This record gives sequence, structure tokens and C-alpha cells, in this order.
Amino acid sequence: MYQNQTVARGSTSALATNKVLRNTYSLLSMTMLFSAAMAAVSVFVGSGSGTYLLSVGAAFLLMWFVLPRTANSSAGIGVVFAFTGLMGFGLGGVLNSYLALANGPQLIMTAFGGTGVIFLGLSAYALTTRRDFSFMGGMLVVGLLVVLMAALANIFLAIPAMSLAISSVVILIMSGFILYDTSRIIHGGETNYILATVSLYLSIYNIFIHLLHLLGALSGDD
Amino acid sequence: METETWMKVGSAILLGMMILFILPRAKTMIKESPKASSDDWRGILLPLVLIVGFVILLIMAV
Repeated sequence: MYQNQTVARGSTSALATNKVLRNTYSLLSMTMLFSAAMAAVSVFVGSGSGTYLLSVGAAFLLMWFVLPRTANSSAGIGVVFAFTGLMGFGLGGVLNSYLALANGPQLIMTAFGGTGVIFLGLSAYALTTRRDFSFMGGMLVVGLLVVLMAALANIFLAIPAMSLAISSVVILIMSGFILYDTSRIIHGGETNYILATVSLYLSIYNIFIHLLHLLGALSGDD
Repeated sequence: METETWMKVGSAILLGMMILFILPRAKTMIKESPKASSDDWRGILLPLVLIVGFVILLIMAV
């Protein structure tokens, strides 16, 4: 009887986990499409790098001050769309600078495809192995802080090699975050699909931006 | 020139704010992270090596 109860509890927990996972991927795909549409609008209106800074700044203010208050209600979904829309609109400013290059469209499509392969591959790895990657949390966040400090210093130092090193490390850290976040959903560490969506979205966004930077710089046309 | 300076200042403020917001979360995450076994490290090494290889492949392709 106790065994039956344990099995029942286990299956209830698995159902809840599957629901979070399904809702996260549904919301993530919808916000990705919305973000891409906003990036297309931004490219069409010819946004510059100032747009990127302002949009990303506004999106982060939403994430820091509004999302924590709305994440447990349906209003959180609206905030996620506003956040990803702003991030997408900001991305348009970056895409415009690459589209000005001779092989710009090819670079963008390669970075887009590469990001998709990395995300799908890592998600499949975390989902099929069902490993617990929670041990990576401390290491990833320390890595992120170090890379943010390096990026802050490089704004004023402007060393190209350091900028490439930062992009390479960011791709690895964000890949680690995809494994960490997916594993947290699978093992019940993250039960809020709105917050899970924002985490995964940020990892994908950062991989795309930094892969594009690496490809642009090392293709010889940047 | 002036626009470039403002862009630098704006980027620095945004990055500085990110660091300030992540710092308290980092302390919690470091405290709550379980210790990793050698098997855990092997599990993370394979996908990361594959990603490095894949990115190099993409760079060579463009």
C-alpha cells in the first residue's frame, strides 16, 4: 500500500514536472517568434546601436523590478512578452550593423542556425540523460560575474582579443546555464514556467549575440 | 565622438547594474550548490567539448 502511495506521488510529481517543461517550451517558442518579429521591425526601421542599449536597458528594468512581482500571476506572461519584445527590438540595432557587411546575412543565418543546434543539442542531452546539473550553479554564476567585470573593463580598455575571449566564455557559460536550467525543471527545482522561460531565453539570446560577434570578427570582414 | 562616449557610459552603467543585481543571487547559489562528483564533471565535459568543436567548425565555415 505504501509502495502504491509512493508510486502515485512519484507519478504526480513527474506530471507536474512535465507540465512545467511543456509550458516553458510553449512560452519560449511563442516569445522567440515575437522577439524575432520585433527584431525584423527594428531592422526595417533602421535602428542603431543606441536602440540596442536603450531596449536592453528597459528590458532588464522590467526583469529586475516588474517580473518578480508578476511571475506568479497571468500578468507575468504579458511582462515576459514585453521583455522579449524589447530584447528583440534591441537586437535589430545589432543586426543592422552586421547587415552592412558583405557577408552579413550569411553570418546572421549561421549564428541563428548555430544557436538553434546548440540549444536543441543541450536540451536533448539534459532531457535524455536526466542528470542533475545543480552542482554547476555556483560555478556558473561566479563565471558570469567574472565575465561581466571583464566586459565592463573592456568597454574602456577596448582590447579586441579580450572581446573575443569574453564572447567565447559567454557561449560556454550560457551553454552551462541551459543544462542547469533544464535540469532544474526536470528535477523540480524550478516550478515557475515564466521564470524558467526568461532564464532559457536569456541564455539563447546571449549565445546568438556572442556567436554572431565571434563569426563576424573571425570571418575577416568585420 | 560624443555619441560614442555616451554609449560607453550607458553600457558601463548597464553592466554595473547587472553585477549589482547578480551579486546577492551569486552568494545564495554558491552556498546552495551541492558538491560535484567526478562522474558529474565527466557529464558536463562532453557537451562543452562538443560545443567548442561546433563553434570552431562554424568559424571555419564562414
